[in-house]
Amino acid sequence: MIRVRGLTKRFGTTTVLDDIDLDIADGERVVVIGPSGTGKSTLLRCLNFLDRPEAGRIEIGSVSVDAARAGRRDILALRRATSFVFQNYALFANRTAKENIMEALVTVQGRSKAEAEARAMEVLGETGLADKADSYPAALSGGQQQRVGIGRAMAIGAELMLFDEPTSALDPEWVGEVLDLMRRVAERRQTMLIVTHEMSFAREIADRILFMDGGRIVEQGPPADLLSSPRDERLQRFLRRVG
Amino acid sequence: MRALDLDYMLGLVPVILGYVPLTLFMAAVAMVCALILASLLAVERVVRVPGLDWLVILFISFFRGTPLLVQLFLFYYGLPQVVSVLTQINGVTAAIMGLTLHFAAYMAEAIRAAITGVDRSQWEAAQSIGMTQGQMMRRIVLPQAARIAAPTLVNYFIDMIKGTSLAFTLGVTEMMGATQKEASGSFLYFEAFLVVAVIYWIIVEVLSQGQKQLETRLGRAFAR
Repeated sequence: MIRVRGLTKRFGTTTVLDDIDLDIADGERVVVIGPSGTGKSTLLRCLNFLDRPEAGRIEIGSVSVDAARAGRRDILALRRATSFVFQNYALFANRTAKENIMEALVTVQGRSKAEAEARAMEVLGETGLADKADSYPAALSGGQQQRVGIGRAMAIGAELMLFDEPTSALDPEWVGEVLDLMRRVAERRQTMLIVTHEMSFAREIADRILFMDGGRIVEQGPPADLLSSPRDERLQRFLRRVG
Repeated sequence: MRALDLDYMLGLVPVILGYVPLTLFMAAVAMVCALILASLLAVERVVRVPGLDWLVILFISFFRGTPLLVQLFLFYYGLPQVVSVLTQINGVTAAIMGLTLHFAAYMAEAIRAAITGVDRSQWEAAQSIGMTQGQMMRRIVLPQAARIAAPTLVNYFIDMIKGTSLAFTLGVTEMMGATQKEASGSFLYFEAFLVVAVIYWIIVEVLSQGQKQLETRLGRAFAR
């Protein structure tokens, strides 16, 4: 169970997240849509303190953090309860595909090398990249890098997986394979919060879609309702634009 | 103009070569110590530990801003007069200390710049999986910074090898000291110093070969 209350983030005088409340049930797959610059990525980044929110309470499973007074331990606990898939993949450039996945398991979770390696190979198998285990990121295509990035996030076994526009930086030819992998993650009822511009994908896998504008959640609901009969005028305009 | 005394020069080579291990020893120990110290200083400069920052800035400023020879004299001749435990210090130790502190100051700046050169996404990825700051530095950021800083650091190492010759001013008989002694016996200064110059040169050239291998090794992950 994820519970967010009053989450607020400002950059200088601009309020990027304005008092956000959000509950996500276990196994729920939530997609965030909205015009650019409305705080979608910031919402994800605040949930694991890549950006530090000014106020609000974040509860993920047994971890509960008051943003205003979060210390180093709170932040680490929150980050360990989440995993993050980046738009630009952000694989560790000095680690092979396999080592990228092992890193969190060994360094953060304290598992043995052998155990971590077995788990990494298992995950690489699921991402269809077992033959690339010993390749460095520089030698992988964008699509392959992002699949390793998702594998790295899967292996952690976090309560909540965060996807920040995972296909936006990809050449069109690689988008399909990454969405396929995300579909498979979704099928396991992994709790996911996804920012994406892939509307048909959102319609297909989301249990609920959030529409954000101006740092607020303007409207939310199951894809069928929200996409076919949008109530808010801003959402109507947005949907017309993205087709 | 007189002819060079080649026989004398050839005879001198094995004598001076006998001191190469001491020179390399001083340079190697100082390099390892300087690298460790410089990494710590550089990380501090990047993360800015409150209350420590000014001290690090002062350290770097002093050891970059004063001549190595002056620093060596300060350690070897000066400090023991003030701090009594240091009276035991020998020339080799003082030279290693001086080289370490002097070059750590330079290398800290090179490493700091390299750390800043590591892509921001690498930091964020490390943070996102819940690494502590120390883990992130040790396992992700510094190894990548090492690749960026390597050519500069090798340059400092070369400079350090040549810098060991200053130990002779602390009464250490290393390559330079030995040459000086030989020359003052034979009065063949040109021959003697030419021989030692060529030996330094060869050592540095051999190391430059190693530099290429080191850069290939560090760049291995980035080859397409």
